[in-house]
Order: sequence, then C-alpha cells, then structure tokens
Amino acid sequence: MASADKKIDTTGVLGWVDQRFPLTSTWKAHLSEYYAPKNFNFFYFFGALATLVLVLQIVTGIFLTMHYKPDSAKAFESVEYIMRDVPWGWLVRYMHSTGASAFFVVIYIHMFRGLIYGSYRKPRELIWIFGCLIFLVLMAEAFFGYLLPWGQMSYWGAQVIVNLFSAIPFIGPELSLWIRGDYVVGDATLNRFFAFHVIAIPLVLLGLVAAHIVALHEVGSNNPDGVEIKAKKNADGIPLDGIPFHPYYTVHDIMGVSVFLLVFSAVIFFAPEMGGYFLEYNNFVPADPLKTPAHIAPVWYFTPYYSILRAITSDFMLWGLTPFLLIFLAVVWMSRGTRSLSKLIATLAVGAMLVGFLVLDAKFWGVVAMGASVMIFFAMPWIDNSEVKSIRYRPGWHKYVYAAFVVVFLVLGYTGVQPPSPVGQIISQVGTLLYFGFFLFMPWWSAMGEFKPVPDRVTFAAH
Amino acid sequence: MTYPIFRFAARLAPALIAATLGLCALSVQAAGGGVALDQFPTEKLKDLPSLQNGAKTFVNYCLNCHGASLMRYNRLTDLGLTEAQIRDNLIPTDAKVGDTMKVSMSAKDAKEWFGAMPPDLSVTARSRSSHDGSGSDWLYTYLRGFYRDSSRATGWNNTVYPNVGMPHVLWELQGSRGASIEEVKAAADAKPGQHALAKTLITIDALTGQRTETVEAIKDGHAHEGSIVTLTPAVGGTLTQSQYDGQIADLVAFLTYVSDPSAQTRTRLGTGVLLFLSLFSVLAWWLNREYWKDIK
Repeated sequence: MASADKKIDTTGVLGWVDQRFPLTSTWKAHLSEYYAPKNFNFFYFFGALATLVLVLQIVTGIFLTMHYKPDSAKAFESVEYIMRDVPWGWLVRYMHSTGASAFFVVIYIHMFRGLIYGSYRKPRELIWIFGCLIFLVLMAEAFFGYLLPWGQMSYWGAQVIVNLFSAIPFIGPELSLWIRGDYVVGDATLNRFFAFHVIAIPLVLLGLVAAHIVALHEVGSNNPDGVEIKAKKNADGIPLDGIPFHPYYTVHDIMGVSVFLLVFSAVIFFAPEMGGYFLEYNNFVPADPLKTPAHIAPVWYFTPYYSILRAITSDFMLWGLTPFLLIFLAVVWMSRGTRSLSKLIATLAVGAMLVGFLVLDAKFWGVVAMGASVMIFFAMPWIDNSEVKSIRYRPGWHKYVYAAFVVVFLVLGYTGVQPPSPVGQIISQVGTLLYFGFFLFMPWWSAMGEFKPVPDRVTFAAH
Repeated sequence: MTYPIFRFAARLAPALIAATLGLCALSVQAAGGGVALDQFPTEKLKDLPSLQNGAKTFVNYCLNCHGASLMRYNRLTDLGLTEAQIRDNLIPTDAKVGDTMKVSMSAKDAKEWFGAMPPDLSVTARSRSSHDGSGSDWLYTYLRGFYRDSSRATGWNNTVYPNVGMPHVLWELQGSRGASIEEVKAAADAKPGQHALAKTLITIDALTGQRTETVEAIKDGHAHEGSIVTLTPAVGGTLTQSQYDGQIADLVAFLTYVSDPSAQTRTRLGTGVLLFLSLFSVLAWWLNREYWKDIK
C-alpha cells in the first residue's frame, strides 16, 4: 500500500488525513513554514487586503444574486427592492458597491508598491504578469457589473464602451453588435453581462489569483529593500531575514484588516455614495435608451484611461503623438546598448503607427492608446534597467520621476471625471504624453544616475 | 517603524498636492450658469412629526401624478405611524397596506395632459444630487421656486427647472409670485460673426403672469450670457412664506427618507460598528505587538 510508505509526523485524525491529503504539508509550505522577509512595511498590507475584498465581493455578490433580476424591465427596481424590502439588503448592496471602489483603491496601491520596490523583476516576472492579468480581468468584472443596476450611467457607460469596439477597422461595427447582442444596449446585453459578471469572469479571476499566489510562494516575496532573503540562510536552510508567515504576518494582517474595515465601514455607513464617486447620482435614474445624459463619465477608477481615450484627437496626433514617437525612435537609434533587431522592430512599429495616423481616424487611436495605457504594465520586467530593485537604493531623482507619474495618474483621473473642456483637453494630452513617456523611456532613464550600495541583509529595527 | 518613502512623500507632499490640485483646478470647466441652491434643513430628517406631515403632503398633493412606486405604505411605520393610521389617513385608493405607493393617474392620461408621465419620486432625492448640492437641496429650492408665467402652457415657470412641465400644485398654499428676469444673450440685430450681447429685462406680474420686456444693448463687453431670476413676494396664499417653507421642508424630508429608507438605521448602526472596529483595532495592534517582540 503506497500510503503506508508515506512518512508523516502527525497521528490520529490529522494523521489519517495526512496519509491521504497534503493537509499539514500545505499548511506548512504556505503558512507556518513559508518564510517572508521581516521588513515588510505599510504597502505590504494591500495584497492581503485585496484577497479580503475579493472574498467580500464574492460573498455579498452571492446574496445579491438571490434577489437581483437581470431583466431590463425589472433590474433597476430589483436593486431598489434589495435596498428596501430584503432584510439587510441595503447593507449587502452598499458593501458590494463600496467594495468595487475599495478593490481598485487597494489594487492601485498594491501595484504602486510593486513599481517602487521592483517586485516585478527577476525572478518575479510571472507574479507580475499574473497580477497584470488580474488587473485586466478586474476591470472587465467592474465594467460588466456596472451595467447591472440599469441606471442611466450604467446604460450609457456600457453604450459608450461597447461602441469603442466599432472603431476597429473592418470588423468593428459587426463586433460591437455581436458583443451587445442588439443594435443598442438592451435586455440581451444585460443578460450576457450578468452571466459574465457572476460566473465567467469570477472563475477566471479566482484562477489567476491562485496562480499569482502560487507563483509568489515559489520564489518568495520581495521586500522594501529589494534584497533576496534566500541568499543568506542559516544551517537549517531558513532565510536569516525570513520569518514564518503564520503567526507573524497573520497577526500583522489582522491589524491591517481591522484598520481597513474601519475606513471601509465609515464609507458604507456614512457616505455610501462617496459624493457621487462610488455611486453616481445619475445612476438613480432608470436607464432610458431615448435620453442621452449631458455628461457621461465612467466610475472614478476608469477615468485615467478614459482621459487618455479622450485626449487622442487628430490635432494631438499631429503635434503630440508624432513628435513623441519620433523622439522615441531617435533615442532608440542613438542608444548603444540596443540590438539592431530591436532598432528595426521599433522603426517598423513607429513607422506603421505614423502611416496609421494618416489612414485611420482619431477614435481608433484613442482606443489603441487606452488599451496600451493598461497593457503597458506587462512590459515592466523588461523595460526597467536599473541596477537595483528598490527605490531606496536608486538615485534620489528617480523618486521624483515616480512622484510625477503618480501626479499625472491622478490628474488624468480628474480630467476624466470632468466634462470635456479646452483646457482640460490640453492637460489630459500632456498627461498622456507624460504617462507613456514614463514607460517608453524607462529603459534609459531607469539606468541613469548614481545608484546606492544595496546591503546584504534587510534593514530592520525590532519593534 | 520609519518608512523612508513616507519621509520622502511628507517632504514632497506640499509640492505634489499643489501640482495635482493646481492642474485639476485648471481643467475644471467654468460653472455652467446653475442656480445657487438653498440649503434644505437636514434636522427635519430626524423629526417624526415633520416626516409624518411630509407624508401627508405627499399623499394629498403629489401622489395623484407622481408615484413612489418602490416604497411600500406599511414601511411608513418607520415614521412612527401604525398600520391602521397609514390605512386610514395615507392610502387614498383601495390599495392594500403592503402595496407600493403607485400613482393614481394612468400613463395615457398623463401623456395627454402633461406631454409625458411625471417622474416617479422614489429616488429623486438621490438622483437630483450634484456637486452644487444634495438632491434634497435641489427639491427644496425647486418646490419654492415657482412663479407665474403666462407664456407657459401651465401658466407657471420655475427658477431651478426653467420651462418645467409641472404646474405649481401647491400655489393655494404659497400664493403666486411674479419675477423680474435679467437675460443676457446674443443681440437679435447682431451681424454674423459679430459678438454683440443684449440685455432683456422681463417683469412678470404675480397675479396675471403678464410679461413686459425691455431690451437694452450692452456697451461694455463684460457681460456673460445667462439669466438671473428674482422672484417677488407671494400674494394670495393661505400660508405665510415661512410656514410654506416649513411645509416644503417637511415634504422634502419625506422624499429624502423615501429615497433611502434605511439611512437613519444605517448611520445609527454605523456608529456602533465603528466603535467596535476601533476597539478591535487596538486589540489587533496589541496582539501584533506581543507576537513581534520575538523578532529581532
């Protein structure tokens, strides 16, 4: 009998289970003997918090599904039915709507943490890629879910976004018709969005989250110093700067969770609309296909990308994007380190885009720019050429580059909320160039300047 | 614990905040000629007699045309009423106490009389919110902003919602008001391409709604297009202005309650939840500190 040969340390019921299932060994591998760097700081709460919000969204979502009706004649009413007639329905609904925004707050901070400490660099490229996929899927999840309350913003937001697909040459109009299932957003659209929101996308999301964590536990966490703790181990093979995740980081995360819940509850109980940013005022008007709202704005977490979409005009392609791409190309050609194959590819890509600017309209390029602004995060492991991982040991001025990037991201987010205006447009166009400049020129600026020596061990002061 | 990134952020914070806010402020569009909203007295939301009076006003004056079809009559027990009281005083038709507050008028009649079905008011106090003020502020200003206007089919106009299709249903209470309107727009005799503005002064009589217009050219170019409406005091109402304001505040309190009936429960519960979580945070911090004493 094969299981009799398996060597285990446990006895009794646990022993019986361990003979048949890797319970104790999994617990050890991922919690009690998973060694995490001891110098985690504030930013390292947000991975655990993202998991918490994911679970909250799934649990509240299940209860909402029990009472929601994905029917264009009943959807709006059924949400209000949940708010009024279902016992505690208002709490579950507000948790879910606030949870959506909280998810993006947490994820944006989590991504920022990865950016500044170089958490995407070798050997953690796959963790980063899974993370970027999670971000993409999360955006899809939020987009599909936003249609379900069937208010004016739900409806027209979906209409605008699905219409973006019609900008794709040749297949565009057919494609957007296929996505909608109707000539305008309608009952068919609502039903399929419901299916995507409650089952298809969550399944993908859970799979990716599992892959993200498995990949993380394979190589181990990075830390604010960007020092590999596995490089220095004691006689038992345990990293000198590592501590067991359980109990040290479980109690640590419980502390983080309690503070997070404090803020989260403050919003749920006292400002669930969050001034019209978490629940848009216009969404309390039932969807009306015959009445286009004067101003259609996506929810706040999409607005930086929406700003980039709106920034691309035919004028801007001429005075903004064309010089920008030519400068990029010049930098590629002048840099000595770049292989000729890369130079050739860059030249072809830029050339194709410049020709494309003449052939295809600004709407198409707006969609391309918006897509690129999200997809570009995937490139991080290969465009960062700095000698060190962590911002702590990079040249001082790098911090200002990251600070400027954050400002640009926030300003783009703000201009995306505003109705279109001439000044707002210029600001979003300059913001778009800076946003892409941060990434496209990163191979060069990230290697420039005087790097500080990285210590052998993490910096940590006992509490 | 000290986080270098925070020290850096703290040092840079004024510059970062200034840059973000400055650029954001630049991109704000000039406010689009909205009317300044009067502030709804929010203390009414906790005042049961006011809410009950608002419910009565709603049923007597609004429910003929506007439903609150997401709200059930028996939920009004929240306002300190018994089901018997609700049945006897608030349900106008043969509706049951568990029914929702549906409108009595048919959609077909509404279309014929007003051109469109008057909107359901279940969540209006939320949907009318904007960055100019809450939906309650909007309703409070709107319901107090009617004036006579013979140029409108209904004989009424409104400061907050110009050319609204709704007549002043509560005019017997408030009486009727006239207005003087200063309208600045492109001059009628302006040549193409020329940017000439003209000011029209309109006075509207409080009783007849008769309009008198005088047009004057604007010499200096400093005027902006738009109109300013100033209302004259109401005449002929059964209530004084302050009594009327109070009545409207009650009605708006009721509509605000209807838009989110659990709001009072929510904030009451919220205080307890935050207290619990504060205490829990302290315990969690303490637990964490005890464990982390091991880590050198």
